[in-house]
Amino acid sequence: MEGSRELLRSALNGDKRALGRLLTILESSPKKAGEVITYTLDKEPDAHVIGVTGIPGSGKSTLISKLITQYKEDNHKIAVIAIDPTSPLSRGALLGDRIRMQEHATDPSVFIRSVPTRGVKGGLSFSGVAMIEVFDYVGYDKVIVESIGVGQTDIDIMNIAHTILVVTTPGLGDDIQALKAGIMEIGDIYVLNKSDKEGAEKTYSYLEFALESYELGVKRGWTPKLIKTSALFGWGIDQLVDLIEEHYKYVLESGLYNEKIGRRRMLMLKLLSEKIFMSLLEEYFNKGIDRDILRKYDLYNASIHLIREIVEKLIKYGG
Amino acid sequence: MPKIFNKDAVKEIEEGIKRWERETLPKSLSRYPERLDRFTTLSDIEVKRVYTPADLKDHNYMEKLGLPGEYPFTRGIHATMYRGRIWTMRMFSGYGSPEDTNKRLKFLIEHGETGLSLAFDYPTLVGIDADDPMAGGEVGVCGVSVSSLRDMEIIFDGIDMGSVTTNMTINPPAPVLLAMYVATAEKQSVPYDKIGGTTQNDPLKEFIAQKSYVFPPEPSVKVAMDVIEWSVKNLPKWNPISISGYHIREAGATAVQELAFTIADGIEYVRHLINRGLDVDEFAPRLSFFFDSHINFFEEIAKFRAARRMWAYIMKEWFNAKKPRSMWMRFHTQTAGVSLTAQQPFNNIIRTTIEALAAVLGGTQSLHTNSLDEPFRVPSEFAAKIALRTQQIIAYETGVADTVDPLAGSYYVEWLTDEVEERAWRYIDRIERMGGMTEAVRRGYPQREITDASYKFQRDVEEGRRYIVGVNIFVEEEEEEIRNVPLLDINQEEIERRQVERLKKLRSERDNSAVEYSLRELKNAARRDENLMPYILEAVKKYATLGEIMNALKEVYGIWVEPPIY
Amino acid sequence: MGGTSDILELARDIRNMRIKVLVAKLGLDGHDRGAKVVARALKDAGMEVIYTGIRQTPEQVVETAIQEDVDVIGVSILSGAHIPLMKRLMNLLKEKRVDYIPVFLGGSIPIPDIEALHKMGVDKVFLPGTSLKEVIKYTVEAAKRKRGYREWRDLGNY
Repeated sequence: MEGSRELLRSALNGDKRALGRLLTILESSPKKAGEVITYTLDKEPDAHVIGVTGIPGSGKSTLISKLITQYKEDNHKIAVIAIDPTSPLSRGALLGDRIRMQEHATDPSVFIRSVPTRGVKGGLSFSGVAMIEVFDYVGYDKVIVESIGVGQTDIDIMNIAHTILVVTTPGLGDDIQALKAGIMEIGDIYVLNKSDKEGAEKTYSYLEFALESYELGVKRGWTPKLIKTSALFGWGIDQLVDLIEEHYKYVLESGLYNEKIGRRRMLMLKLLSEKIFMSLLEEYFNKGIDRDILRKYDLYNASIHLIREIVEKLIKYGG
Repeated sequence: MPKIFNKDAVKEIEEGIKRWERETLPKSLSRYPERLDRFTTLSDIEVKRVYTPADLKDHNYMEKLGLPGEYPFTRGIHATMYRGRIWTMRMFSGYGSPEDTNKRLKFLIEHGETGLSLAFDYPTLVGIDADDPMAGGEVGVCGVSVSSLRDMEIIFDGIDMGSVTTNMTINPPAPVLLAMYVATAEKQSVPYDKIGGTTQNDPLKEFIAQKSYVFPPEPSVKVAMDVIEWSVKNLPKWNPISISGYHIREAGATAVQELAFTIADGIEYVRHLINRGLDVDEFAPRLSFFFDSHINFFEEIAKFRAARRMWAYIMKEWFNAKKPRSMWMRFHTQTAGVSLTAQQPFNNIIRTTIEALAAVLGGTQSLHTNSLDEPFRVPSEFAAKIALRTQQIIAYETGVADTVDPLAGSYYVEWLTDEVEERAWRYIDRIERMGGMTEAVRRGYPQREITDASYKFQRDVEEGRRYIVGVNIFVEEEEEEIRNVPLLDINQEEIERRQVERLKKLRSERDNSAVEYSLRELKNAARRDENLMPYILEAVKKYATLGEIMNALKEVYGIWVEPPIY
Repeated sequence: MGGTSDILELARDIRNMRIKVLVAKLGLDGHDRGAKVVARALKDAGMEVIYTGIRQTPEQVVETAIQEDVDVIGVSILSGAHIPLMKRLMNLLKEKRVDYIPVFLGGSIPIPDIEALHKMGVDKVFLPGTSLKEVIKYTVEAAKRKRGYREWRDLGNY
């Protein structure tokens, strides 16, 4: 049986099965995941992590597919982490983002992985973040993380991606939607996709205005850019790639690169801790909870008692 | 406007119903509790215990029904309907190689058929040549393989194209196949005004249901409109489009959705044509429709009647059509393939019969009845013949064709017609608010509706809320021998090999620089937004292949990958 | 109609194993109603389903199965071209050393072809009229078998 080290070695040699398996290990076994990451932390990271966020219907996947085509031509190795929501009730997931990227499925320099947001209430999962480490280690130099722009996820994206693209499209209900909930604060590049549609000019002006209105000078040295694209017809893709590279240059020169790596690793630690704790908590509630606990303690102390029990169990059994 | 039922009569009935519910009904209910809590049609319309004139109390006869051949055409588009002429019995046929098809067509013509119907194989349907890597294994399977004008010439070799009409079930490559058909007829010296037939040419439903799409929605519609415009101007006998609900229904839509989405597609096409400067009365008479006939008998009849009424209204009030012919909803119907089962296949004969009867009582202009072995093979001659005889018995023995719209006036059928119509209007309003069908399709709205409906249906069947004989009731264990049959009786590999050979020969014998030139001209025309038909005709005559022409257009228009919807 | 304990056990297995299934349409036919219904049913049962959409080549299906590290592959073909297409798929799975992944096929498959398909290595052929429950039960059982295979374990168990 191949251990983590052997799997990583195979993956480094181009064995996609091994890489696929490593990613599954990150999803399913916290302990083994820890082993894997310990190895990957050895290498100096040098992948460019690009976060692509935006509401469903904005054409993110088609846009990413076009980016992949461009990056392939420029001889990059590209990994895509497509994050899809999990059904809260059944815990099952129907992952379809790769449909629009399937033309690249057989390309040796491309690897696409779908990740459900298993049980994580908004926000990225541990495995989604850890996968970035593994892709970097194995030699993918462009790692694209696609997710739905919803609340917590946006904050997390800021911590893991060097360059953040926020994708929107004309006329999706009110243009106000695009300005809601702080989404205008996280992007490095704002992409107005499907700009072949009616109302594109209007939405563009609106976004321009919105960007100017925010005091975004706070972002060190980089003023967020706005660009029009139509992934369907291939407009604006070259310019978008150039913009992304421009931003990447800024990231490298300003020291932001390493800062983000640090934040990403801290986030990974936090998410793993949460994951371990949450699974123990759930197990506890499913099996061992004392039904009379609220008679013995008040609510606050009941919680403390519960946590103590879990921690003791963790210490005893090592998780 | 006078109502059909006078107020006092209705009042008397309503009071009678109250009394009946008090006195007569409870006895019946206690002896025989009703079988289900809710009785619903396949569109989830709840069906009441009994219908009376009280359900139609606001009806005015001339407004809602009228007389056959007159607005709103609810009762039929012709005054005499089947008393004058029985519906066309058009049986779909599709066959492996062009040579096989030629033989088959000649056989049918000998036996009196003048209405031919061509089915194409999958590579042709999606616009790729028989030697394309993705065509492997699929050449000649579901229909005839056509990659170039040469194939079309072989199909019609020795057949006088001026004396037959040909229905071509083809969508994105419709302009190319039409060009090939016209070029072949030209070679036979058949004048343009004698070239008759239909191209299905309905791109919007491809995105919703059949999914043999190639280009994205907008260019797909543009190309289809080119075909219609060119036909209207050049081929007086050609029906350039068959706006289809059949595939939408087969993909899982309910009757209401089928009706609504089909009409919404029609509305979109009419708008596009008007925007090109065509006069509505010029092209509207050439539009035709294609519906499914499913197993819930009365709902289907209601759907057909509602369809006519809705389309007439839309053409008259929305688009100002003046000629009655512009307001006609002419349609072809096919019985529901999706209602047939692989289990106990002989039961399918009964299903098809009932569905055919519904289509006839619904006033269809032409009808295709499915064969009993449809679920598991390309129909055998034996089964296809029974399917044809089904129509003949209905037409000539039962008397249902002897009067127009016999079910008119049935309290239930009229109520159901109104109900189906109203629900369909709600969908159409929604689509209008989105900006029309092209936009709705781009957003995935109809696709989502259909996916939800088909999942619900499957769950209903599995959880015993919907019955299918042989599948979840009256199930039998042994497999009937009839199912133990191969899919086809053709040698697929041989057909593929020959088609590939033919293409190689063609490419070496033709004037390749002329082909290249014609493809370049085509691309330029596409970029300049011109009508593509003349350029496609040119390319086809130079023996550019289907794949080459479609690829040229793909370069300009791009290709479509559907949004993830489940 | 099959005990509730049956269903509960299935649900528990699915949750514990985190079963991952690839549902694909091979070849040119676009009739995806069945594939989508199955994909949704598997998801409702708690599995992770990768749905690739229509017009997939055998190469695309195999690569996707590798990248997503799936437990079971479900294919739907309604064009009649299932023999050549499945042959290519099964050979490719062997070539890429992932033939420990069970493959099931649904669509308009004539009974006489079933034997040939099994011989190629197709694990299960579902004929029209199969209940979703059957498909779910099969998928769980196939996933269990796959995780028991030595070749799979050799690659790196979890």
